[in-house]
Formats: sequence, structure tokens, C-alpha cells
Amino acid sequence: MIKHLRSAADLDAATATLILDTAAEMAALAGREVKKLPALRGRTVVNLFYEDSTRTRISFEAAAKRLSADVINFSAKGSSVSKGESLKDTALTLQAMGADAVVIRHSASGAPHRLAEWVDGSVVNAGDGTHEHPTQALLDAYTMRSRLGRLEGLRVAIVGDVLHSRVARSNVLLLSTLGAQVTLVGPPTLIPVDLPEKLQVSYDLDSVLPDSDVVMMLRVQTERMQDSYFPSAREYSRRYGLDVPRLTKLPEHAIVMHPGPMNRGMEIAPEVADSPRSTIVEQVANGVSVRMAVLYLLLGGK
Amino acid sequence: MAYLLKGVSILGGSPTDLLIHDGVISDKTDGNAEVIDAHGLVALPGLVDVHTHLREPGREDAETVQTGSRAAALGGYTAVCAMANTSPVADTAGVVEQVWRLGREAGLVDVQPIGAVTVGLAGKQMAELGAMATSAARVRIFSDDGFCVADPKMMRRALEYVKAFDGVIAQHAEEHRLTEGAQMHEGEVSTRLGLTGWPAVAEEAIIARDVLLAEHVGSRLHVCHVSTAGSVEVLRQAKARGVRVTAEVTPHHLLLTDEKASGYDPVFKVNPPLRTAEDVAALRQALLDGVIDVVATDHAPHAVQDKECEWAYARPGMLGLETALPILLSVFGEKWDLIADRMSVAPARIAGLAGHGGDLTRAGTPANLTLVDPSARWVVDPGQLASRSRNTPYAGMTLPGRIVATFLRGEATVLDGKVVK
Repeated sequence: MIKHLRSAADLDAATATLILDTAAEMAALAGREVKKLPALRGRTVVNLFYEDSTRTRISFEAAAKRLSADVINFSAKGSSVSKGESLKDTALTLQAMGADAVVIRHSASGAPHRLAEWVDGSVVNAGDGTHEHPTQALLDAYTMRSRLGRLEGLRVAIVGDVLHSRVARSNVLLLSTLGAQVTLVGPPTLIPVDLPEKLQVSYDLDSVLPDSDVVMMLRVQTERMQDSYFPSAREYSRRYGLDVPRLTKLPEHAIVMHPGPMNRGMEIAPEVADSPRSTIVEQVANGVSVRMAVLYLLLGGK
Repeated sequence: MAYLLKGVSILGGSPTDLLIHDGVISDKTDGNAEVIDAHGLVALPGLVDVHTHLREPGREDAETVQTGSRAAALGGYTAVCAMANTSPVADTAGVVEQVWRLGREAGLVDVQPIGAVTVGLAGKQMAELGAMATSAARVRIFSDDGFCVADPKMMRRALEYVKAFDGVIAQHAEEHRLTEGAQMHEGEVSTRLGLTGWPAVAEEAIIARDVLLAEHVGSRLHVCHVSTAGSVEVLRQAKARGVRVTAEVTPHHLLLTDEKASGYDPVFKVNPPLRTAEDVAALRQALLDGVIDVVATDHAPHAVQDKECEWAYARPGMLGLETALPILLSVFGEKWDLIADRMSVAPARIAGLAGHGGDLTRAGTPANLTLVDPSARWVVDPGQLASRSRNTPYAGMTLPGRIVATFLRGEATVLDGKVVK
């Protein structure tokens, strides 16, 4: 088993599949009255969050607690971090407290890589800047597999602000590892200029939809508008938003995903978000199972 | 003090004896000269760096004129041009004279201050370039390095104004609107790492504009740390038209690529950023062809806390003085004429440093020279470097060529690979 999960590239197909299979076992637990396993009793998991992200932090916290780990939430706000303590000094502090795993969310790409050099425990990337969010990709893959029965050969369209999306980066890596075929869709300004050749790119959402098994809509931050990535929210929504007419272009079986939080009415219409094809709420539930699997396997839980 | 270098090879030529006497190369004999067995050693004119950050005044925790001078002498340098982005900025006669005086006190290399083009490097108001030129520091190179002189009118005026005292503007070419938040070269690696890209065109667009401006007003332009194949093509065309432009390349841009960013270790963060293998190949060819005139280190010491952090928060820059010549040897082999020209003769000419980059075979040449053992191999250990900082990108690498001795106007600054004072 790998020691850290810094990038979806840390996972080969066998490891990724093991995590998904383990997550399925963890999910079975959620149906029970007592949702707790003793697997990580006595182990300490630190949630080190430099960015506000209530949903991801709660998901990791629930995952660690269901495995009976001791959880320390270390939020940058109101701690020594906000007084200018360096990441290295924080890392040494966590090290001294005996953290077995550190789950880190940080606005700087690569912060988990730096952290892994300074702590002995496992490092789990819970989102770093515009780099990656590997557990999101795992929960997305888990959701696709449970809805559609497979990942191999799936045609997945990832739509929106690919340039700044850590969700997109991790999904591209993991889905490629697991044999799915990814098409990136968005305005050219939000697609990176240099991409690996195996990736398909389209600027036309309508032409991609009929051949997609999965459409993953990315959150588009309205700040991008001020920076001339696109002219207005209205134009963005018209060209790249998933609305009801576009939904009908999808094959019968296709599903609609969104990592949240959504801008309803911008990249996704409310009717689409709430439709039976949408897996958005499932994704949240699956997040806990997948994160349980990650912590369990990284920490060698028994 | 006189030295007799027995059996030295001047620029790789056959072994000969070289007498240093009264500060110059001498064709006489001196029975009292200290004899140095220089068999197997190559004599080069003392290296000249047109782009060094000595950090004093302001960041003496990263480097001082004294520690930087030691690093320079150990690297084979006899002159370094100290960049203006100190604190306070070297934008007045007072600050450049302070740096110049500190250099004289250290006494290991000639420290030639570079003056800022604009007050506070802010790009708004021209600094008193004439006052710096006529000060004791006799400034000839002016640069807002770290910042680009972005305003085309300011750039034009500065290019014109320094003609009065044979000055040159050294431009850090970066169209900042295209590099906002940039962390590394924009390409496949930046996409993978999720680091904001610094596109090659941001450099090339400014160089293209500036060669046209220099051509229009008939002025000299020097382009700092050229890093892309596209920039090389712009320079090649400008030179073919007769534009008075010179350019430098750093050792790190001749060797390292953007793949080095993969581990997010900010020791590889530098501005302009490390580029692709294609860029490296084009830069090497340009240096061979003379499209790029000189190798400059852009020696940029940084305190530990400014590098032991997240990539995005780290300061850009890497050490260079003590490794420049070995890197050139590892890239090009023992092309001594090339190395002497690009690391000594041409930079001395650009910086207006008479007495440096002279002909070592001619009697009367000021004895600014360095002795290299090309057969030596050494492993770069950041803790062993003379610089006050440790941010070398070559840690653990085995490099060819060791500086054995350096002489500044006939006085040894380095002997047996150690600084003399």
C-alpha cells in the first residue's frame, strides 16, 4: 500500500480498485445501526485545513470517527497558522503530537508534497490549490461504478473551468488509470494550453453530450469573469451550462455529476441538479465511505 | 607579491610559465616570485558576472557583499555586477556608492553596482541615472531587474538618456499582465502540477518590443536571462539587422528544465522559470552561435524560510556563482575559448569593466585570472558553499572542474581552492 495520497497519480489501477472495493464494504456499514468500526482505535488523524471547506472537513471527520480514530481539527483560522506560522513549523508541531495521518486542505498547489517531507505520518491531500483533490476523484469513480456498473470504457465529459480545477486534474488521472475515456469541455480560455495528447478537448458541449455516459459539471467561480475568461455569467451559462434541453441530448443511462458547491442557474440548472440522473447527493454520501477506505488502507488498519 | 605559474595551460594551450608581477602579466623574470605548480591547470581571464544579487543593503540574512564576494572569488570571478533590487533600492548615487565601497572593503572581486532605471523599481519616475554614472561607483548598467520596465515610453526614454554616458539598459523581459500569479513555465508540466503558468510569450513580446525601441533610438539594450527558444529567434533577427542588443543566459537555463518542479521543491523556483528541453537546446546553440553573448549567473541567495515553504509562497531565484563554470564545463566540455569569451571577455565589454577579460598571453594585461583544474570532480554540498544562503539547485550533483586559484590585479583571492582573506 502507498503511504501518502498526494495525487491521483499515486494510485495504480490495482490500488485504486482496492480502495473502491474497500469503500463498498465501508458503505455497507452505513446501513447498520452502529456505524463504527474499531479499525483505527488509538490512531490520530489531523484535519489541517488552511481553506474553509466545511463539507470536505466534515466528510473526513466522519470517516475517521467511524473508524474509531482520534480526530484533531486544526483550522488555520484562529490558530497559530493565522499568526504567520510556517507550514513547516506546523508540520513539526503535528509530528510532535504524534499524528498518524494528516489530511491537508491548502490554497497552494503542492502543499501536501511539502508536508510529506516534514512529517512521518501519512499525508492525504484534501484539495491543494489548483492542483488536485484525489479523494474527490475516488468518490466520483465510486459513484460512476455503482451507478453504471463499470469504469472501463466509460465516456466521461468534464465540463467547465478545467484550468483552475483540482477536481478535474484528479479525475483525469484516476479515470485514465481505470480505463475511462475523458473529454474536457469548456471555453478555450479555461482549458490549459498544453495537455497530454491522449486527452480529447471540445469547445462545444452540445456535440459531446450524445456520446457521454457521464457529464461532470465543474463549479465556475464568478471571479473568473472579472479576469476576462468569459464575458458574463449569462453567456457562460448559455454556452456551457447544463440545462433541461441539453439534458435530453444525453443517452438514457447517462448520469450528471457535480462536486459541489453548485452555482444553480449558472453551470447547472436547478431542474437538472435535482433530476434522477443527478448523483450529487450520492456523491456526498459516497465521500465518507471512500475516505474511510483511504484512511483505513493508508494507516494499515486491521 | 609576484607569482610564477609553472606549466599552466592558457585557455587549454600547451604548458607554459606565467609570471604575475606588479599586478600585471609580465614577460620578465622574478627570482622572488612565489612558485605555483600549475601543471594540469587551465588559466582563464577572471570571470565577470553581469547579473549578481548580493542582497546588501537590506537582506544581509541572505547574503552580504562580503559573503557574495567570497562565493564569487571561489567561482573564479574577478568582477560581479550587483543588481539594484536591494533595500533601499540602488536608485541613488548614495546607495550605489555604498555597495561599491563595501565591495572595495571586501577586496575579493570588483563589485560594480548596477543602478535602478526607475525610482524604487516602480516604473514611474526615472532614477537619477546621471548621478549614479558620475558617482564613485561609475555605474554603466541600469536595470529594474525583478521588474520589467513595462511602460514603453519609460523604456524608450531610458534607452535614449543613458547614451550620454555610454550606459546600457538591462531589461528583465516580462510582460507582467501575462504573468500575474505565475509560478513556473506554462506548459504540460504546469498543467499537471496545477501551478499558474509563466508563458514564453510574456518574455518574447517584451524583447521584440525592446529591440524595436533600441533600433529606433539607436541605443544599446541588454537582455537579462533569456530563457526561451522564441526569444533566441527574436534576438537572432535583431542582431542580423544590426540592432545593438546583447543578451545573457544563466547556467541553470542551460541545464535544468521545468520537470524539476515536479516535487514542488521551491529551490527550483526561479524567474524567468525553468523551461523545456527544446528551450534548453536552443539556448545552448544560441550561446555557441553568439546570438547570446554572455553567461550570467543571476545568483539569487534566499534565506531558508523563503524557500522552506509552499512553492507559491517561496521567493524565486537560485545560487549560481560557485557552480557557473562547472555547469558550463558539464554542458559544453572543455571549450576554453568559448568559456573565456562568454564568461569574461564579452561580459567585461558589456559592463565597461576595463582591466577584466584581458589577453593573458600579452605582457601588461592586468592580472585578473583564475586557475581551473578541469580533471577534478566535486559533489555540490549546499552546506559547504561560501554564500550565506543554501538555495543551490545542484545539491548532490557531481560537477567537473574546480577553481584552484583566483587573482585580482595580481593578488591572490583564492589559493588551493580556499579564499585567502
